[in-house]
Amino acid sequence: MLFAVLAGFFVSIFIIPFGKYLKKTKYTPLATLLPLSLFIYFAAHIPAISNGNVFGSHYAWVPSIGINFDFQLDGLSLLFSLLITGIGTLVFLYAAGYMKGHPYLDRFFAYLSMFMAAMLGVVLSDNILLLFIFWELTSISSFFLIGFNNESAESRRSSLIALVITGGGGFLLMVGLVLAGYITGTYSIQEMIHSNEALKQHTLYGLILLLVFAGAFTKSAQFPFHFWLPGAMKAPTPVSAYLHSATMVKAGVYLLARLFPVLGGTELWTIPLVIAGGITMLYGAFYSIFRTDLKEILAYSTISALGILVFLAGIGTKEALIALPVFVLVHALYKAALFLITGVIDHETGTRNISLLSGLRKVMMPLAIAGTLAAFSSAGIPLTFGFIGKDLVYEATLHADNLPYILTAVALFTNIFLVAAGFLAGIKPFSGQLPDSLSSVHLPHGFMWVPPLLLSVSGVIFGCFPALPGASILQPATQSMIAGADSTLKIWHGFNTVLLLSAVTIVCGTLLYFIKKPVRPAGSIGLALPERVFTLSARLLQHLSTWYTNTLHNGFLRSYLLRIIVFSVLLLAYRVINSGPIEISLAKISTISIYEIVVAGILIAAIYMTVTSSSRLTAVVGTSVIGYCICLMFVFYSAPDLAMTQFTIDTLTLVLFVFVLFRLPPFLNFANNKVRIRDGIVAASFGILIALVALQAMQQPIDTEISKFYAENAYKLAHGKNVVNVILVDFRGFDTMFEIVVLSVAALGVFSLINLRLKSSEKE
Amino acid sequence: MKSIILKTATEYLLPILLLFSIFILLRGHYYPGGGFVGGLIASIAFVLHSFTHGVNNTLKLLPVHPSGLIPFGLAISAASMFLPLLSGKPVMTGLWVEQPIPVIGSIGTALFFDIGVYFLVIGVVLTILFSIFQYSD
Repeated sequence: MLFAVLAGFFVSIFIIPFGKYLKKTKYTPLATLLPLSLFIYFAAHIPAISNGNVFGSHYAWVPSIGINFDFQLDGLSLLFSLLITGIGTLVFLYAAGYMKGHPYLDRFFAYLSMFMAAMLGVVLSDNILLLFIFWELTSISSFFLIGFNNESAESRRSSLIALVITGGGGFLLMVGLVLAGYITGTYSIQEMIHSNEALKQHTLYGLILLLVFAGAFTKSAQFPFHFWLPGAMKAPTPVSAYLHSATMVKAGVYLLARLFPVLGGTELWTIPLVIAGGITMLYGAFYSIFRTDLKEILAYSTISALGILVFLAGIGTKEALIALPVFVLVHALYKAALFLITGVIDHETGTRNISLLSGLRKVMMPLAIAGTLAAFSSAGIPLTFGFIGKDLVYEATLHADNLPYILTAVALFTNIFLVAAGFLAGIKPFSGQLPDSLSSVHLPHGFMWVPPLLLSVSGVIFGCFPALPGASILQPATQSMIAGADSTLKIWHGFNTVLLLSAVTIVCGTLLYFIKKPVRPAGSIGLALPERVFTLSARLLQHLSTWYTNTLHNGFLRSYLLRIIVFSVLLLAYRVINSGPIEISLAKISTISIYEIVVAGILIAAIYMTVTSSSRLTAVVGTSVIGYCICLMFVFYSAPDLAMTQFTIDTLTLVLFVFVLFRLPPFLNFANNKVRIRDGIVAASFGILIALVALQAMQQPIDTEISKFYAENAYKLAHGKNVVNVILVDFRGFDTMFEIVVLSVAALGVFSLINLRLKSSEKE
Repeated sequence: MKSIILKTATEYLLPILLLFSIFILLRGHYYPGGGFVGGLIASIAFVLHSFTHGVNNTLKLLPVHPSGLIPFGLAISAASMFLPLLSGKPVMTGLWVEQPIPVIGSIGTALFFDIGVYFLVIGVVLTILFSIFQYSD
């Protein structure tokens, strides 16, 4: 199973060298082999899973922190895997026709394969951190796919907004998942189910729920994080059909469904989900019929459908969890079909504006059939799969534990609007008169109209024979969430409230469709409010970082130095004062010899000369003299290696300084007295503080164990008598290795900076 | 600098300083010295040469541009680090030849590590200094 998940990644890597063959039209459909083979692989598991078996696969990755490739195929993951690979097959085929001739076609399929693999990873993972890794990978591949038309600034902006929102939610999700793993002691979802009571009683339960909801809501476009989804419609239509209707946006719903046995069933779970789902579904449905761009209508109705799914997950009763997988399948089928149809219309007529489109059935009959069937399924007309789905939703709301009438009313209003939206997207472009501007439109290549037709016809077939998917896929899916739920799907349940509600929905929705003219409502302020908040905060962040950079990183080395030293002085002083009374005992200082006094005298004279000279060269030579004096101190205290290194470095630095200074203008005295006094105070305080710390350190008992170890073992273990060198190249060799890497990086930096300069001055 | 005394002296000093740097390198394990100091002394030799003869002439003396010495040194050090893996020991185990050689002393992975450091230090210092010298011209 590991290979099945990772196959998409391997394919996308292979496309790097071999992609140009994909661009040749006759080879492009070959890409469909990937999702098709995976679909067959997963479909082969249907008989076993419908009997209640569960397949697992385990492969160690980082066992020390508990991240492993743990996969589990049960009813819920099988449903999603079949959706991902099945719709994936159709989308890949469709894209072979839709994107024909696009220069970046190989990249497109690479991103799509990567996305498919990541999404499969999300739904198949049993390890919660692995799920998170794949979750983020879907966000990243979605980023590339939304911004695929990379020349368009709008596309880039939309992809960035989508990435920021889903990424931010993903970050919060990670915190929540790690917390849950910490409390239950395991990262495996199956094992977490056993400790779910402990989790739900824990004080951090509310926080975990909040974080997980943040992740699910951002990914599944719930209010107020919904606004990235209409923007994502800038992606090419195959992407919109695949990611932003059928699979990726359902990842949040999948997460809620998967974690229901672990976290769900309590009030803290139900109330936020029902409220958020309810608001989203109404909001999305209401605004969907006021849009004129076909893709936007579909985007908002998708938002609404996701709201319904979250709503159902929140209600959490047996009926709701029976309805949830059914509705996932229903929505995936009709929404993907409608998106693909929209893509064909856009591709052939060049417009997606509903007010301009009509009568296309005369030129694209198969698509008209597909559109009508899909629209019927979205409306819940009997004999379509959508009818069964809607019925189950009403059944769930009517049997809810609290406020069944309000919940049913919300669902009713939502569905009425969704009926109208479905008709707008699926029927309106095909009905009526064909205007002259569109009379040259023709039916495109089979790759483009067969997939949507297949999808919508499946909607009808499943509607007439619901037991087909019901027993084999959907019932095990529900049982992954609640054990022992019996969900045999029937077309006819008899004359009851649910049937009445469905009838009301269809009638009102159809009326709405015929009455309404596509016009933007005057009150679109509410529409844009979350988006405006987002853009304002992004702009605020940019202003803040500009101010911060200009103030703190002003480019003057002296202000950096000043700030670093002042900060360290404050920090050190705080620590010194806090760690008890300052004892200064001069008893432990070793006797001072005449050499040291002389050298110290030269040192002080050199310092004075450096600070007060008016020639830069003198100042530099002064610092070198200071360096040599310190060198001599090292010699006095028997550190010859150190002294030698310091000596040579000092000489070389002096040479370096001289050559650099040659290029600068003659010495300009920037410092006035006030600045000098300030610098003097800072320097003096730093010096005094360090001296204090050194004197304090002498009072502490010195642990000589380490130096004894090195002294004794330098010859025995490392065959060397020079302990310093032995430490450098043997005992602490890793440190030396990294030091020389740092040195080489520094050299490369200097080299490239200077040679870049030279090239630009040559240009002038 | 056009002093002819310095110029002539440098022509003799350069090989002496280079020999001295190798001496310091090889004695590092037993007496003060080692790869770092050896490399620095060798770079000082080349810098002195570049004062009197010009950077381009010094660059002609070197078989490869100093920035090429950097990966060379890193490679030797890294190889000495990973060599023990071939005999199944952990990275950076010290492997030593049993018999010490009369002048140099014991030969082992630590010595090669030091040699790598030596070349790297020469490469780094000369890259930085020569880039700046050439920029100043």
